[in-house]
Amino acid sequence: MTDVVTLAHGAGGKQTSELIEKVFKKHFQNDFFTADDASVLPRPQGKIAMTTDGFIVSPQFFQGGNIGKLSICGTVNDLSCMGAKPLYMTCAFQIEEGFPIDQLEEIVASMEKTAAEVGVKLVAGDTKVAGRGQVDHVFITTTGVGEILDGVDTSGAYAKPGDAIIVTGDVGRHGATILLSRDDYGIEADVTTDCAPLWNPVEAVLTAVPEVHVIRDATRGGVGTVLYEIAHESNVGIRLNSEDIPVNPGVRGVCGMLGLEPLYLACEGRLVMFVPGEKAQEVIEILRGQKYTEGAAIIGHVTEDMAGHVVMTTDIGAETLLPEPGNELLPRIC
Amino acid sequence: MAEDLKKEDGLAKARRILQNYDGPKVRIMEVCGTHTHEIFRQGVRRVLSPQIEMISGPGCPVCVTAVTFIDEAISLALDHGCTITTFGDLVRVPGTKKSLQIARGEGANVKVVYTPLDAVAYAKDHPQEEVVFLAVGFETTTPSECLAVEKAMEEGLTNFSLLTANKTMPAAYEAMKDATDLYLYPGHVHAIIGNKICEDMLQEGVSGVVGGFTGKEILTALAVGVTEFQKGKPFFKNCYPRVVTGEGSPQAMELVDKMMEPCDQEWRGIGLLKNSGMQLRGEYAAYDARKKFDLSGIIGKPNPACRCGQVLQGAIKPHECPCFGTACTPEHPVGACMVSSEGACSAWYLYGDLANKPLNK
Repeated sequence: MTDVVTLAHGAGGKQTSELIEKVFKKHFQNDFFTADDASVLPRPQGKIAMTTDGFIVSPQFFQGGNIGKLSICGTVNDLSCMGAKPLYMTCAFQIEEGFPIDQLEEIVASMEKTAAEVGVKLVAGDTKVAGRGQVDHVFITTTGVGEILDGVDTSGAYAKPGDAIIVTGDVGRHGATILLSRDDYGIEADVTTDCAPLWNPVEAVLTAVPEVHVIRDATRGGVGTVLYEIAHESNVGIRLNSEDIPVNPGVRGVCGMLGLEPLYLACEGRLVMFVPGEKAQEVIEILRGQKYTEGAAIIGHVTEDMAGHVVMTTDIGAETLLPEPGNELLPRIC
Repeated sequence: MAEDLKKEDGLAKARRILQNYDGPKVRIMEVCGTHTHEIFRQGVRRVLSPQIEMISGPGCPVCVTAVTFIDEAISLALDHGCTITTFGDLVRVPGTKKSLQIARGEGANVKVVYTPLDAVAYAKDHPQEEVVFLAVGFETTTPSECLAVEKAMEEGLTNFSLLTANKTMPAAYEAMKDATDLYLYPGHVHAIIGNKICEDMLQEGVSGVVGGFTGKEILTALAVGVTEFQKGKPFFKNCYPRVVTGEGSPQAMELVDKMMEPCDQEWRGIGLLKNSGMQLRGEYAAYDARKKFDLSGIIGKPNPACRCGQVLQGAIKPHECPCFGTACTPEHPVGACMVSSEGACSAWYLYGDLANKPLNK
């Protein structure tokens, strides 16, 4: 086999089979992974949730992960937010001609490893090869189906006054990691992505506290964007205390230098949960006992007043509106 | 007073002074984008007595970048095929017809960098490209831009130049002195140029305090400012002595003086101010994009309806501008005050009255 992906690998002939055999089949072994046109799956008992997401991150490899891991975590976490145990996933690759096969295999191997952590099965896939310049190295789209746990009903519209707001760990790490790995800024800092599949902690929380109102993963736009979405969708006010928001010191440093707000940097392994106030401590204790959510913290609460707004108590004790997110992230000059 | 405020309960004490101030009405102008940003982010205005009015002055380099400068940068990119390297938030600032962000969609090569030296490194790695760095900013950034030219000379690079719009803070102090009772001087600028200019302003009867940039440092400087103001005589206080010394940084000033000379400079919304800018001296012409490429004849036309200048000077409120909220929004800014989230127009657009009212209903 040649050591880079060529247009022939996408032509559907012998080389296509070779690529599937040596890269994809090797890592996506399970009873349902099929050579047929579609995979045939047993029907789950409960309601199902289904979601899809495209991944085009540049660079493809970064501190603590790669696009493959990201493509599993993104979809697993979207399902988890609906209280759905991830069952099956499909993936579609668009690969640029010339992409090294060993890198492709590294990406696929992390997909296998990440999927195994939560027991989701990759049941079908597709590979297309595009000419040079038509794709930035490799794009991946994943689609997932999950089964919603009995008695669980979460939605961005369900936040209620009195709810405590929890984040499952420090904010902004993925965004800071990608900014640094793009190497545009000549800044070095020890920052690793938070990218992680979060079904296991979500299952633990929902099993003990099925009345959680909202779970949302803070990806693009970060925790700040999620808070505004929920404030609008549930028509409630949100109050935060800046001191309670967990931020890794490296991320804080990078944000300070570039004039960015950690609350708006992307996370890939952080959930925002709205839970009835009296259940907050129990949820925090469960999360702190689970892998990937050890750093969970209560950052604020929901109010009836100031509907649609996020109010933050700042370091000087003033209450101010968290600016609403928007536009491309641009470092300020001063 | 200043000493008392530095004690453990300094923050609480400064807040109390500012909240309870009932002396004569006082207008305080911050003259620096970092101050503006932090005052906005920390909600400083919300803890001030109604007798204290904060005015955001023209010290944000982005807000005072002239339309012509943006047009020149776009011409360098689109007509001369140059690669533009720039500080991030400049890409959204509108020129006569468009911003660099829009020009990028039309094929302009625009790279956001963190320091001018990154632009030099980029030029070294891409010898086939003509790399231009957009040199905006005040005394805090000008030395690093001179350093970039020095580095490019050392490396023997012939594909790197600056498009200069460097400005000097004292020119802003002089231009705006009638719009304020008291300046909040930016600590980092005076760490470089020293305090002499503040003493000179005092001779003209203009009061001021030098302040740092954390919430506590800002409140402390403001509290000292209003306390002194009540005494009725012009004053100057350095509330940032751990960083700002009398003479500033002679090395930085020598470097700038060696490579640059004063020039007249256009400020968006204010106009042409004599000797308020810095440009490369004649012997560095090879690194001056205006001399290297023919940019003569580019004269930007600011949108005549935009009243950023009056907003910057505190003469009108953002919603009194005819463009506000219709032609000019954060997604499509006409004036620079709408570009960054802390710009007066942008804040007003997002929050309206809430930007300044208590947040409890």
